[in-house]
Amino acid sequence: MKGLKFIITGLLFGIVMSKSEAVSWYRIQEMFRFQAFHMFGIMGTAVTLGVLAVFLIKRFQLRDVQGERITFQPKEKGIIRYLVGGTIFGLGWALVGSCPGPLFVNLGQGYWPILVAIAGGVLGTYFYGVLRDRLPH
Amino acid sequence: MIEFISQPWPWYVSGMVIAMIMVLLLFFGKSFGFSSNFRVLCAACGAGRHVPFFRFNWKDQVWNLLFLVGAVLGGWLSQEFLQNGEAVQVSQATIQDLKGLGFSAPKGLQPQELFSLKVLGSVKGFFILLGGGLLIGFGTRYAGGCTSGHAISGLSNLQWPSLLAVIGFFIGGLVTTHLLLPLLFS
Repeated sequence: MKGLKFIITGLLFGIVMSKSEAVSWYRIQEMFRFQAFHMFGIMGTAVTLGVLAVFLIKRFQLRDVQGERITFQPKEKGIIRYLVGGTIFGLGWALVGSCPGPLFVNLGQGYWPILVAIAGGVLGTYFYGVLRDRLPH
Repeated sequence: MIEFISQPWPWYVSGMVIAMIMVLLLFFGKSFGFSSNFRVLCAACGAGRHVPFFRFNWKDQVWNLLFLVGAVLGGWLSQEFLQNGEAVQVSQATIQDLKGLGFSAPKGLQPQELFSLKVLGSVKGFFILLGGGLLIGFGTRYAGGCTSGHAISGLSNLQWPSLLAVIGFFIGGLVTTHLLLPLLFS
């Protein structure tokens, strides 16, 4: 079962995001009001350890389970798409209180109405695909 | 043990596990980025017939859909077996601020004022969730990633574009929190 490891990794993600309350609308509101360290602590720890891990992977040229060298795709150059796209996403993030991953974790939690936001996410992505060539990047 | 797990987990545990998830996916030969799943779902539904952006081999991304399935299961498992029934432990200042907007103190993870079936039945409640979702889907694809792809994977690889995107996330979030929510809820 080659796919099982991805389900288990996703399971771990769903559990940790739930148990640290990072899927909660209240926690996102608290973050955007700068009223607690919690969410900043989560992201700060993840990024600090992430930087270290990526550095070590590059430094020792580590290989993945298939024996291939682990490589990193640099993000495309640009300014507008990141700032404008990021801002549009942020507007929705604070409204729904979930970024894409937690949308699905909340579905598992049994918050059925979030299916509407998930449908919105798919539709929004479709609209981007339609308008892509007409947008500045 | 189960009692210990059932408490909310501290931020440093969460941060460590999230970094570990990113590293695990790298060692599986993949890259942590959740919002790509929306594009994969569009492609799997046949959007590629009309829109070139969705014309790619989405079957290479099935691993990410499996990750999504795991995330749903993880949410269910936490709700069913790993919680002690307490409300989210958000700060008093936040509870007070939200009270001013008409939100009662938290009982579970999510406010009834947004995520109850009753609210979903109202025009406003429905369009808040749909509109929020549209912004999330459009914005993440425009920016080329969300919190996982940019804030975690991108920043860990010291990518300037990801920093720009994260700045954008916060601009948008602050505008919604401090300008849009007061308009919608008072």
